[in-house]
Amino acid sequence: MGETMTPVRDSIEAKLTEAFAPEALEIIDESEKHRHHGHGIEGGETHFKVVMRAPAFNGMSRVARSRAVHGILKQELAGRVHALSLDLTGTQA
Amino acid sequence: MTDPSHETIKADIDANDVVLFMKGTKQAPQCGFSHRVAGVLRYLDIDFKDVNVLENEAIRNGIKTFSDWPTIPQLYVKGEFVGGCDIITEMTLSGELDSLLTDKGIAFNREAADKIREANA
Repeated sequence: MGETMTPVRDSIEAKLTEAFAPEALEIIDESEKHRHHGHGIEGGETHFKVVMRAPAFNGMSRVARSRAVHGILKQELAGRVHALSLDLTGTQA
Repeated sequence: MTDPSHETIKADIDANDVVLFMKGTKQAPQCGFSHRVAGVLRYLDIDFKDVNVLENEAIRNGIKTFSDWPTIPQLYVKGEFVGGCDIITEMTLSGELDSLLTDKGIAFNREAADKIREANA
């Protein structure tokens, strides 16, 4: 178990994979774009964009999909993660 | 409903057809996400009330539990939670926002909405 440089990202990835079994999952750290806010957190990992396609989202509204992800990432959102942009789709049109 | 801020929030969304809970004001947004949503609403000539959560810590926290939504901005139309920045952006581009506003009887500039879609096509 080596120490990772991106603990928050890794934790988000592990939790989302376990909860939603996504067909596609991309987690983009956008913290650098928001440096000017000066939230005073060293090391970034404060702003993320998640693009995920999962069968679990079929038949769910946009708000419901987002709430499901917010629920799984409650700990991250209450802590270091200041912004979480979500692009969530099901596997059916 | 034990949080007293929820009553204030409820009063605002009951008294106004369109309410945006945001960081800053519609004239001077203080965050990129709030800026984007306020910008879309203004561009579409929608009459909306802006609630600056930075001026009221109780509302800033209370709106998150009220809506079961952890981030700001948050848009309400006719008392119904519509979403935050990502959802409003997606709905603007897909035309779903036009449908929602039409269904709810909210006046907006459809040509402006088409212009946004053309520019992002």
